[in-house]
Amino acid sequence: MTKTLNINGKDETVDAAPGTPLLWVLRDHLKMTGTKFGCGIAQCGACTVHVDGAPTRSCITAHDSLEGVKVTTIEGVTGSAADAIREVWVKNDVPQCGYCQSGQIMAATALLAENSNPSDEDIDAAMSGNICRCATYMSIRRAIKEAAG
Amino acid sequence: MFLHDIGIIPGGAKRSPPTSDKTAITNLSRRGFVVGSSLFVVSVTLVGCSSYEEPKIDPDAIDLPEAGPSPLTEVKGGDATPALWIAIEEDGAVKITCHRSEMGQQVWTAMAQIVADELEAEWDKVEIVQAEGHERYGDQNTDGSRSVRYNFHRLRIAGAAMKQMLTEAAAVYWKMEPSECSAAQGLVSNSKNSDTLSYGNLAKLAARLQVPQEADVTVKDPKDWRYINKEIPSLTIPRITRGEGTFGIDVDRPGMVYAVVARPPQLFGKTGAVRDASALAIPGVLQTVKLPDAKPPALFQPLGGVAIVATDTWAAIQGRNVLEVDWIDGPNASYDSGTFAEQMKQTARRSGTVRRKRGNVASDLANAAQTIEAEYYAPHLSQSPMEPPAATAEWDGEKLECWACVQDPQATRQTLSDLLKIDKENITVHATWLGGAFGRKSKPDFVVEAALIAKEVGKPVKVTWTREDEVRHGYYHSVSAQRLEAGLDTDGKCTSYLHRTVFPPIASTFVPGMDVPTDGEMGLGATDVPFAMPNLQVESGNAKGHVRIGWLRSVSNIYHAFAVQSFAAEMAHAAGKDQKDYLLELIGDARTIDPNAEGATYPNYDASLEEYPIETERLTNVVNRVSSMAKWGRKMPSGHGLGIAVHRSFLSYIATIVEVAVTPEGALTIPGVWLAVDSGTVINPRHARAQMEGGTIYGLSNALFGEITAKNGAVVQDNFPSWRVLRMGEAPKAFEVEIVKSNSAPAGVGEPATPPAAPALTNAIFNATGHRIRTLPIIGASGSRLTLPTEATAQVEE
Repeated sequence: MTKTLNINGKDETVDAAPGTPLLWVLRDHLKMTGTKFGCGIAQCGACTVHVDGAPTRSCITAHDSLEGVKVTTIEGVTGSAADAIREVWVKNDVPQCGYCQSGQIMAATALLAENSNPSDEDIDAAMSGNICRCATYMSIRRAIKEAAG
Repeated sequence: MFLHDIGIIPGGAKRSPPTSDKTAITNLSRRGFVVGSSLFVVSVTLVGCSSYEEPKIDPDAIDLPEAGPSPLTEVKGGDATPALWIAIEEDGAVKITCHRSEMGQQVWTAMAQIVADELEAEWDKVEIVQAEGHERYGDQNTDGSRSVRYNFHRLRIAGAAMKQMLTEAAAVYWKMEPSECSAAQGLVSNSKNSDTLSYGNLAKLAARLQVPQEADVTVKDPKDWRYINKEIPSLTIPRITRGEGTFGIDVDRPGMVYAVVARPPQLFGKTGAVRDASALAIPGVLQTVKLPDAKPPALFQPLGGVAIVATDTWAAIQGRNVLEVDWIDGPNASYDSGTFAEQMKQTARRSGTVRRKRGNVASDLANAAQTIEAEYYAPHLSQSPMEPPAATAEWDGEKLECWACVQDPQATRQTLSDLLKIDKENITVHATWLGGAFGRKSKPDFVVEAALIAKEVGKPVKVTWTREDEVRHGYYHSVSAQRLEAGLDTDGKCTSYLHRTVFPPIASTFVPGMDVPTDGEMGLGATDVPFAMPNLQVESGNAKGHVRIGWLRSVSNIYHAFAVQSFAAEMAHAAGKDQKDYLLELIGDARTIDPNAEGATYPNYDASLEEYPIETERLTNVVNRVSSMAKWGRKMPSGHGLGIAVHRSFLSYIATIVEVAVTPEGALTIPGVWLAVDSGTVINPRHARAQMEGGTIYGLSNALFGEITAKNGAVVQDNFPSWRVLRMGEAPKAFEVEIVKSNSAPAGVGEPATPPAAPALTNAIFNATGHRIRTLPIIGASGSRLTLPTEATAQVEE
């Protein structure tokens, strides 16, 4: 069934089975592979996107529940928080393999947009849903604090 | 010699000659002139001089003697022929081939640093080309923390040789002596005038020159390095922050379909009756494909089962959920990891096979003033990179092309050839970026699945492993049971040491029935123990494999360092001495150690003991440095403790101190970690530090939470709640790394931080609580805190 989703400010027409999670619509239908699959059950955060600005696990969010809202992915996230996060991520070489980092950046951007001066505890709370097996956790903590200035 | 031998890319990116208003890129600060961006005409304005136009070199107009073959095909490490590694385009782009797989260790950046430094390339002109799997590159198995170690020398030679050829080309063009010309930062200049020639302009002429002999190639003095040992930013990370870059799971081919596989729950289980009507009724499911049953030995073959092919991954997963298969039990159906653990512990209590021997342990133990003994157990683990295995295959009836997140594209190609009976020349394997690997992606079983399905379906197929697949059907880190005994004299000094280790070897995956720990695994922390006591014996006990056993970041070093470094602290406690002081006493005087001289067969990570000796001085040094960093011996608050461990692995020396804070209820946090590493020459200190943090936390995660168990031959865990890994809130609050400055030969950095993490942690818990942990994991998947005995709770409350 055809649905129209607003992704990164652009209307995209999608023909996927009802209930198909946004993750697979993005990756397999729209070929937007920046959003990653990690667990499929909202336990790792690799698939994090923004829905109307809120960090959302796309692996358990049915695409057909998203008509009329704005979906933002790693490919399209912009704004002062996203710019600041990208800058410190690059400056400090935060990622290692990078696979989880789309989700990390989306979560960190949402945190910074909401809280311009997060404490270590705020960061731990906001980011503990995002697993990194390379263990870039300390780098992420340092970088978010640097981005917050 | 042909143009492609030096890597001129035919038809490389061409740009129009520049218009006058955009000729210049200022670079005054470094070179004192302005360099134009043109590929045909380069405008150079010398300060205070008139404009200089770099002439376009026509190599055909220059008469040269015929060049012979490259004499650099067999330098140490392999082929160092510049053309194999470097291509310089006419526009000056320097394309460096990376034959190792990028999995977060920043090997792209490291390889580029080595080549570009010796080549004197401008860093912002450097691009990486990922090599396909092919023997021409030599070893491509990105495993064992050896990409730099294996390739440092030959890549320096390749870069330096190419620089010399570019310099010589300029000399030929200018009709000067090469000694009158010199190359720096992409330009060759001369001592007679102010003319310069750019690498892009010189490349075709240089390609016609003779590749020099190794003896005639001069590499830089380390003091002149521009990129090596510098904190050069990663070549991959800017792309990662935009969601760009292609991981194995991201590959897309025209007309591609998507597959997941239902696999037998047990290793060597078989596929019986398949009822796929419900699966085929799922919208998007196209067909099912029965895969051949796996037969011992496991090797890199797929596990069999049934593939569900669909128009997207989600439909394939939905189809698999309703697929009905009668699985037929195989030879491992009775495997229960709990029962097996008890058997292994029994084995560890009996005399084993002696693998290294010094003095007479038995008689010394019998006469010691004090003896202590301890048994340690560590479970199976899963590598669980964040990107699960994924592969795409395309078969055109003759040729097979695969794209996959593989650590070893050559082994992948060979395995595909063996199992699909396709001539290797008709197989191309592209290594994508790897979203983590940790040893899982050394095994290309998942690529074979994709190829088998693609042949059946007749379309390009991407196979994705779900997290459940990855956790349930892995190549697991080996389970282990160990027993240690020591005899101490009246001063508490250790006079005898017995270490007996029992584990199913990785070789059980490759040789049917193989149950003897191999020399390689014994050399990962058991037979290479650096202790000085007069009587020492290392033994192994046999154990069969019932699941696929495979490499996991630092491999047997994990359980061996856990047991040996825990026991070192237990000896210190028995002797009533400080852990750090006792550790230094066990290591003893500065000397080199040769386990082979005491009956061991010690591979030393495939390196010679002459080039990479076991040097106790370097162990002692990192112990002292880390102790100073962590202020070892300081008074700790109640419930806090510091623990130390030191371990040599992958030819690197690492000492780690962990601080824990434990509440009377057993809640545990890690306020700090300190680590000192001596890895010889380090290519990129920033990226090495990242590996130290990452490797340590990988070890802490395993020690705190990691446990794979099996019932009725099937793995019990399936996804991140039951297979638990460390999260941000559980990460250390502070982490300091010191890299010992060294010009010694480069050693590994990807793995060696993992082994000391677990014993440093359990030693810290002991110092905080008095509670000794000998069985991992410490907390487990479902726990939230330590289970402390009453006396330990009392210590914390003091």
